[in-house]
Amino acid sequence: MAAEAHAAPVHHPTSTGTDNRKLLMWLFLASECLFFGTLISAFLVFKARMAVPPFPHKREITESLYSTLPEKIQEQCATQLANGLRECHGILDIPITSTSTFVLLGSSLAMVLAVYGAQHGRPGMMKAWILITALLGLTFLGFQVYEFRTFGSEGLNLATNQFGASFFVLTGFHGTHVGVGVVYLLSLLAASFRRNGLGPEAGFHVETAGLYWHFVDIVWIVIFTVIYLIPS
Amino acid sequence: MATAAGTLPQYGTHSGLWSWITTVDHKRIGTMYLVTAFTFFIVGGIEALLIRSQLAVPNGTVIDAELYNQLFSMHALTMIFLAVMPMAAAFFNWMIPLMIGARDVAFPRMNALSYWLYLFGALLLTSSFFFTAPNSGWFAYAPLTEVQYGASQAMDFYALGLLMLGVSSMAASLNFAVTIINMRAPGMTMMRLPVFVWMTLIIAFLLFLALPPLTVGLLELLFDRNFETHFFIPDGGGDPILWQHLFWVFGHPEVYILILPPMGIISEVIPTFSRKPLFGYSAMVFAGIAIGFMSWAVWSHHMFTTGLNPVPRAIFAANTMLIGVPTGIKIFNWLGTMYGGNIKFNTAMLFAVSFIPLFTIGGISGVMHSSPPIDTHHQDTYFVVAHLHYVLVAGAIMGMFAGLYYWFPKMTGRLLNEGLGKWNFWLMFVGVNVTFFPMHFLGVAGMPRRIYTYADGMAWGFWNMTATIGSFTLALGILFFIINVFVTLRKEPNAGDNPWDAPTLEWATSSPPPEHDFDVVPAVRARDPLWYDRDHGIAPAPPTDEPIHMPPPSYYPILLGIGALMLALGPLSSMAVTALGVPVILYSVWGWALEPTH
Repeated sequence: MAAEAHAAPVHHPTSTGTDNRKLLMWLFLASECLFFGTLISAFLVFKARMAVPPFPHKREITESLYSTLPEKIQEQCATQLANGLRECHGILDIPITSTSTFVLLGSSLAMVLAVYGAQHGRPGMMKAWILITALLGLTFLGFQVYEFRTFGSEGLNLATNQFGASFFVLTGFHGTHVGVGVVYLLSLLAASFRRNGLGPEAGFHVETAGLYWHFVDIVWIVIFTVIYLIPS
Repeated sequence: MATAAGTLPQYGTHSGLWSWITTVDHKRIGTMYLVTAFTFFIVGGIEALLIRSQLAVPNGTVIDAELYNQLFSMHALTMIFLAVMPMAAAFFNWMIPLMIGARDVAFPRMNALSYWLYLFGALLLTSSFFFTAPNSGWFAYAPLTEVQYGASQAMDFYALGLLMLGVSSMAASLNFAVTIINMRAPGMTMMRLPVFVWMTLIIAFLLFLALPPLTVGLLELLFDRNFETHFFIPDGGGDPILWQHLFWVFGHPEVYILILPPMGIISEVIPTFSRKPLFGYSAMVFAGIAIGFMSWAVWSHHMFTTGLNPVPRAIFAANTMLIGVPTGIKIFNWLGTMYGGNIKFNTAMLFAVSFIPLFTIGGISGVMHSSPPIDTHHQDTYFVVAHLHYVLVAGAIMGMFAGLYYWFPKMTGRLLNEGLGKWNFWLMFVGVNVTFFPMHFLGVAGMPRRIYTYADGMAWGFWNMTATIGSFTLALGILFFIINVFVTLRKEPNAGDNPWDAPTLEWATSSPPPEHDFDVVPAVRARDPLWYDRDHGIAPAPPTDEPIHMPPPSYYPILLGIGALMLALGPLSSMAVTALGVPVILYSVWGWALEPTH
């Protein structure tokens, strides 16, 4: 047999000097830019055409439209204005979502510290900060679940209107990516408790996970800006 | 410990079904892709022959309207996703590592995964015929794909099948991009790469960037059909045109993904059998890159009749005209390669040379469509059917057959029979022209696409009958190929390393190569390295004692493929299947991550 076992992993030199797996992660993240870019574009297409509440931000509607709405949604448009229009309050809760955004940003900071620990041969530091990153990610997801349930109880779901459809699909797929990231991190954490830990490439593995985690965070910054911060 | 060449294991010593199921060898995976792709090519061909039988005479009674809609939809889906793309993947798998002087791709297990996802996705999509197959065209325009227009699950099969196939292509494209960028042998600079490798790199980038918009469209279609969203349903505020944009943002780069690999193949075949290096190598590479970039800027030429504003229409028209320029550069470079060459017209060369005029015909009708006012008359007529079949059958398929005849000796050690090959070629050449040229006339005479029959007084009967005769001629030509393969495989392997005296690295090892591809990784001193070494009297380096380790086989790729299939089957049967698929996927991913790779 020509194959021979080696104690340490043999790294064949690459043409660019960058490890194959790291290059793979970068190219994959490029494709993810297209994925989220398309979802955000669909959101923006429908954002320009919003006609039926619930709305993301404060908006006025006519009395005749108000009378066609189901009762639960009419509650959002209770305010009557002097000019005969109804004012619907926006369903988005900016303070709460700002908090969850801060939590996710904090998780990126934790990730940076985890990578530092892995790259400087400090497994204890690495494990602690990987755990914190994952917990912060789960906290963010907790906020998302709370928000989805609140909106649901206020009458906004996938079928209600175009804002509901594009909002839940966009933030839902983002949340799924965060969830996959949490599983990724907890898997690394579990593997780090083996006798050999993450092995001699610990720094590499945690850094690669860091690329994914920071990307998911950056996508959230864009989503938060486009959906929450920019008024309709 | 590797020593002299004779003691190294030869390709094919591992036998048995399990060795194929767990293989991570790019050559075996390439063979699996090739056999599966050719099988689905026959399936798509049968679908086409049924269509042609129905359309041969007015008021045809071979197929009813319901089945006809499924047939033309599945014919396109089968040919594009289950035949042409995987056939190209077969050649990428077999030849890319060899051509760059590598021993395998960057991620051998992910390579196997791509194959299993393809096979399972293909079976999923094709199994829809047991129920109702997708029947809204391969482009699946909303809102006809929504639940209120059909009670069957046909479009769920469509979306889920394409999602699986998309993941397969994503994994493969990322794998080949990393392989080509990062695993070239010493001395193999980017501008010494064979043009086939460059074309593969370009379409790899196109694939992993163009598939995400399609993925989003398919997911939104699934949500519309299953979760009551209204992305594409006008009544709920949705926009059917949004589907068209999402589909064609993928769909247009997709057609360049289909044509660039065959263009790469003939860029290898024509120099070899002209006994002359490719004319204008740099122009060929940069033209390919230009086509890749520009393919993103033309998608709405498929939407000229949807009511776009004049400014975007003009921009897309101009870009569509411009993309003919780099394509034309390639045509002239192939001609320039042959000019002054010592030409050998064997079967591979016949297929490659015929690509040039046949693709040009398709390109001419294509650039006619680029004008919106003219396209308004072409849209949804047989004129477009003529165009697309000239570029895809008379172009891409003929290019693939050139690759089959060229690389068959490398893959099997045997040269395909030239006599049968000539019958194969000429029947196909006559067949494609007799089938598809009359469709230009039918289109101009007003025959719409996607009609299951037509009335007697339309005066379309003569050319339809002609096209049907042509289609059976084409099928007969393909039958000659199949016969040729069976006849040839019964012979003893005697092709030798380089029966064509070709210049590229895949010919620097045995036919077929050993499992580890090269006894010694070749040193590359120039483009067309074997011709350079031959002309400068440089002998191949002798094998060394350096140990060669190849990645061990693994069952995690097929297991992960099964998990993915379970995810896809849930929405078609019971969500419990999806739920069970999740632990299968987790188990496969963890096992994959933790198993030793040496």
